[in-house]
Amino acid sequence: MKILYFAWVREKAGVSSEDVSPPAEVTTVGALMDWLGGRGGGYTEAFSDRKMVRVAVNHAHVQADHPIAPGDEVAFFPPVTGG
Amino acid sequence: MAIRVQLEDFDVGAELERLAAGNHGIGGVALFVGLVRDMAGGETIGAMELEHYPGMTETELERIDAEARRRWPLEETLIIHRHGRLEPGERIVLAAAASAHRQAAFEACHFIMDFLKTRAPFWKKEETPGGGQWVDARSTDDTAASRWSEKERAAE
Repeated sequence: MKILYFAWVREKAGVSSEDVSPPAEVTTVGALMDWLGGRGGGYTEAFSDRKMVRVAVNHAHVQADHPIAPGDEVAFFPPVTGG
Repeated sequence: MAIRVQLEDFDVGAELERLAAGNHGIGGVALFVGLVRDMAGGETIGAMELEHYPGMTETELERIDAEARRRWPLEETLIIHRHGRLEPGERIVLAAAASAHRQAAFEACHFIMDFLKTRAPFWKKEETPGGGQWVDARSTDDTAASRWSEKERAAE
């Protein structure tokens, strides 16, 4: 599973992308955030205020209860500020 | 019906010319251009860095474009969004909608910008005297976008 981070979520995590293999019980975006953030350091900081982190799975905005599967591209970022 | 995400500037006149060329069914074009300001929240902005999510940005802009075309009878649409480092006064974004009549053009252009603001994966970091600062999303942008669904519900 490919994970991408953008803007301040990327700065806090300390990486812009990584390949991960979460355990089988991690089946939703919310559970993935818990698992990624549970690794400590910058990851914990990146996910410390979950209300401020938005998620996209395979280029589409989703909510925390959205299912995830191996092979998905999951991106975490702050609310968007384009335009 | 074109989407472009690019580093370089764009020529508004040339884009407008190209959009309407050869289609005399177009009675009006509404066009919005967003610029970088030199002030935000009382702080001086030296420049801004626009980060985006390559791949999803194009997908999301195409979704917004398709939704605008579904809602209004549009002859042509164009969305251009720049990324990278931009200085005050530079153009950031262009949204254009062309239709037989002005109402559809005005409304579709407005809709595209409101949805782009809340859906397209761009993030602005401003360079201020105190250092780099990520721009916070504004709740007024969510309100502006939600207006379109209320309008649709009210019409039903």
